Amino acid sequence: MRDFYGVTLPGAMMLGTAQYPSPTIMAEAFEASSASVATVSLRREAGGGQAFWDLIRGLGLRVLPNTAGCHTAREAVTTARMAREVFQTDWIKLEVIGHADTLQPDPFGLLEAAKTLCAEGFQVFPYTTEDQVLAQRLVDAGCRVLMPWGAPIGSGMGLNNRHGLRSLRAAFPDIPMVIDAGLGLPSHAAEAMEMGFDAVLLNSAVAQAGDPVAMARAFGLAVQAGALARDADPMGVREMGMPSTPLLGKAWL
Amino acid sequence: MRIEVNGEPRDIAATTVEGALSELGWGEARVATALNGDFLPSAARADQTLRDGDRLEVLAPMQGG
Repeated sequence: MRDFYGVTLPGAMMLGTAQYPSPTIMAEAFEASSASVATVSLRREAGGGQAFWDLIRGLGLRVLPNTAGCHTAREAVTTARMAREVFQTDWIKLEVIGHADTLQPDPFGLLEAAKTLCAEGFQVFPYTTEDQVLAQRLVDAGCRVLMPWGAPIGSGMGLNNRHGLRSLRAAFPDIPMVIDAGLGLPSHAAEAMEMGFDAVLLNSAVAQAGDPVAMARAFGLAVQAGALARDADPMGVREMGMPSTPLLGKAWL
Repeated sequence: MRIEVNGEPRDIAATTVEGALSELGWGEARVATALNGDFLPSAARADQTLRDGDRLEVLAPMQGG
């Protein structure tokens, strides 16, 4: 397991805390998933914030606050500063949304915010695309983790651009990468791990499943399977068939 | 004076952000504050005076993905 800003996580799954049918089911889903990171946000205090914080602390996991819903670098930077104080961590999942329908990152706002936050000592987890030029700029800005999207947030489509993601993985072999957003099925998570990504981050695929606890367990197993498979050095792909049973000794019938 | 707290107009007697939070029932709460769009660290709340029309955001931990 690769380390994330000096932290080696016990598992490769990061799980969101939103949209569960109940707090109890959320806690059970975390337990079943073996997730080692919980993502959280900051919203206007309307009475539930303190109880939620107690619930999250009860999970005993590392917390990754996000800047979800921010559409400008300024909003994201201010939110990050507030999150650092409340959650007492330098980790920030940096989201600067550029398009209301696709929830695609705004690459320009993202880079601007990443520069500011890295300079202030934040450990930035940028929600980005598979664009390698942007990835290099983010690394130059000080990001030591990249979080390329699999597909638009909440879409459940999986890995939309396998070629782009594979190229990105190969281009930055030393940068820990998390596939963030768009996963819908455990097979998507397994594929991401098989491709060499270091972790996956998801929320809706578990929280919106008919049985979130069972789905959390399925994702946890898939992530483990994908990581095991990658380390087991998968066979090469060939265009034509190749018999696996020996031809030598075949009967003359 | 009248300020805006989380988007709602509120009449408060306090003259500092720390006083306003206490008056609004958030004296002990785990919250982060922003005043007129800029982060206001908790250590600066006691000295930060409020003016009529100020916009105060009071944010708390919440579910997120």
